[in-house]
Amino acid sequence: MSASQTFETIQAHPEKRKMPKVSLGAELLCDLLIQAGVDTIFGYPGGAVLPIYDALFDAPLRHILTRHEQGAIHAAQGFSRATGRPGVVLATSGPGATNLVTGITDAFMDSTPVIILTGQVASEKIGSDAFQEADIIGITLPITKHNYQVRNIADLPQVIADAFHIATTGRPGPVLIDLPKDMMSGPAQRCQMPEPAPRGYRVPKAPDPVVLEQVAAEIKRAKRPLLYIGGGIISSKSSEDLREFARRNQIPVTSTLLGLGAYPAGDDLFVGMLGMHGIYAANRAITECDVLIALGVRFDDRVTGKLERFSPHSKKIHVDIDPAEINKNVPVMWPVVADVGMTLRGLLALDCVPDAEAWRRQIAGWHEEWPLSYRPAQDGLKPQRVVELLAEATKGQAIVTTEVGQHQMWAALFYPFTRPRQWITSGGLGTMGFGFPAAMGAQVAMPEQTVVCIAGDASFQMNVQELQTIVENKLPVKVAILNNGFLGMVRQWQQFFHERRYAESRIGSPDYVKLADAYGALGLRAANAHEAEAIIEQALRHDGPVIMEFLVHEEENVFPMVPPGAGTDQMTLEWEEA
Amino acid sequence: MERILSVIVNDRPGVLARVAGLFSRRGFNIESITVGSAEEPTYSRMTIVSHGDDAMAQQMVVQLMKLVDVIDVHDISREKVVSRELALIKVRIAKETRMEISHILEPFRVSIVDVGHTSMSVEVTGDTEKVDALIGLLSPYGVLAIARTGVTALVRSGISEADSYDERQTAWPM
Ligand SMILES: Cc1ncc(C[n+]2csc(CCOP(=O)(O)OP(=O)(O)O)c2C)c(N)n1
Ligand SMILES: [Mg+2]
Repeated sequence: MSASQTFETIQAHPEKRKMPKVSLGAELLCDLLIQAGVDTIFGYPGGAVLPIYDALFDAPLRHILTRHEQGAIHAAQGFSRATGRPGVVLATSGPGATNLVTGITDAFMDSTPVIILTGQVASEKIGSDAFQEADIIGITLPITKHNYQVRNIADLPQVIADAFHIATTGRPGPVLIDLPKDMMSGPAQRCQMPEPAPRGYRVPKAPDPVVLEQVAAEIKRAKRPLLYIGGGIISSKSSEDLREFARRNQIPVTSTLLGLGAYPAGDDLFVGMLGMHGIYAANRAITECDVLIALGVRFDDRVTGKLERFSPHSKKIHVDIDPAEINKNVPVMWPVVADVGMTLRGLLALDCVPDAEAWRRQIAGWHEEWPLSYRPAQDGLKPQRVVELLAEATKGQAIVTTEVGQHQMWAALFYPFTRPRQWITSGGLGTMGFGFPAAMGAQVAMPEQTVVCIAGDASFQMNVQELQTIVENKLPVKVAILNNGFLGMVRQWQQFFHERRYAESRIGSPDYVKLADAYGALGLRAANAHEAEAIIEQALRHDGPVIMEFLVHEEENVFPMVPPGAGTDQMTLEWEEA
Repeated sequence: MERILSVIVNDRPGVLARVAGLFSRRGFNIESITVGSAEEPTYSRMTIVSHGDDAMAQQMVVQLMKLVDVIDVHDISREKVVSRELALIKVRIAKETRMEISHILEPFRVSIVDVGHTSMSVEVTGDTEKVDALIGLLSPYGVLAIARTGVTALVRSGISEADSYDERQTAWPM
């Protein structure tokens, strides 16, 4: 960064400040962000965004300085997932922008509204391989819902208005705005935020009433109906409508990984999570049902298993706001391209009550046949037990984020989620390194709530640098590392499918207690259930960030498991070593 | 089967990259793609020729619709359309073959756009079969270069061109 760049600041243009209604592009940007309802930005500075940082110096916006841009974008995702409001991230051009790519992809896959602001080299240098130039528009074309490069500062207000609108409506997603440096350091006209008007953008809304009646009749005829719900229920804020619909019609509910919390665990009608590591009864139910009501889901391969064996006897109703999800993986009989909340409310006005008493008994029977369980430890500590203890100590009320691996599945299976936005995990992309910064973002958004990050020893090490951020910002995130000394999920696959050849899946860890101490957080360790209970209690009482390390059984496996290539009904329930 | 998609897009930088990128990452092939201005100055019309069964064609349409810069998409594969392609063909000539080639060209209503001592270039317009046929007939003489524009197409008169795109209600093609 050259010294001359630093002169392109507000201080360098005192004459411009005196002019009425004229300011700098960066000031206009801050203004518009505030008008859009933004109060917090996660970011990291650099040369191309110096004018923006200069404006942030005076703006009433909270900026959280992370230790890596990946931390910033995952924090913005966590903020968004906890609140439903778009998280905002700011990074410099080149390496700053490319460091966001994993998080942008993650947000795209899990339909998370995020606004990404990237610096760019000055307009006249674009295309010249200038210092820290990267074609972030080209790079993020396939991983954003839309992206913009501002080539004329007069366009900025409309771009900001449209970006927030696109990110948060329809199927939500990340929208990136690339800001050449001269746009931000040059003059701009202050203005009110315009109405969003992105030409060509359309959002399906209400369902066709005729189709709704046919759908209602189909449900009413069902003998073995099943609600298969996902993240769309949470995005569309229709958890209450779902509860009412399921209860009124007494239809059992199974959920995807991302849908957890939309329907309360523990409820009689809740069958549990389905899919590769789904509950036995849930995977039996999806195979045997005769009418499948799919709401805000996308028939992901981790849910369906082998497509030919997926729910072969059912008539399928699929409600989704994204028309491209309909018939993409699984052909359906009743496509409904609409807001799922409006659809549920429409169905609530119709008679759908099926006669499914025997079916509900059948599902209860499957629960009895193979309940969610694990073999308790003779000695040492089982990872599942840790999740149970965390659930007990937080009364099932914490916001829980996870990393990716076995611990993620145990968290999904053993923590009873009862409300939407309580559960924040990387589903579609399966990003190790997501959970800890996401917890940070959730805690920023929800300062009063207990935020627990259930982490694996390997995943935690992927964004461990954010320890400094949570300590500095006094964010009392409680991290629970289930340390099995392995890339556990990789090891499980090696055990089952590669004759236990544990190639590069053994992984070491630092002394987490000392590490926490070095950063100024509290570090605790437990090696059995008794100690685990004690440190969890201590951690929750502690008024600051805590790293808990649980030394758990190294070769514990996640069950049930639908092996890759198998059907959902072909579950492995236990593993007998050959 | 062959698919012809008629796509109205915002005339903005990068829109072609968005469309082409979508096709390549979703595994849809592109036989040809043409872009040019449409009836309104801020729109462009793309004509995309591809292959796929009905399910794939439906995915192409809805995936295209999801692009913010795409205003309207029509799968016109089964509709009555006028479709045209232009080709420039440079063919080798010699004294002995000149007359023969002229006879071949006649029914095709081509324009001869360039003539040299050893080669000449002709311009032909028509549907894909016509262009293919001409190339086939000329190839024994030695075709030195071909530049084809790819197909551009319009639905024949009488079909819904009255409403403006902004007013047209979104009917998701399900
Ligand atoms: C960024 C990234 N790299 C690699 C993987 C592949 N992967 C999936 S789970 C896993 C192991 C995770 O280990 P750990 O965090 O210790 O969790 P555990 O499975 O042991 O609970 C790996 C390497 C991934 N999901 N994400
Ligand atoms: Mg591990």
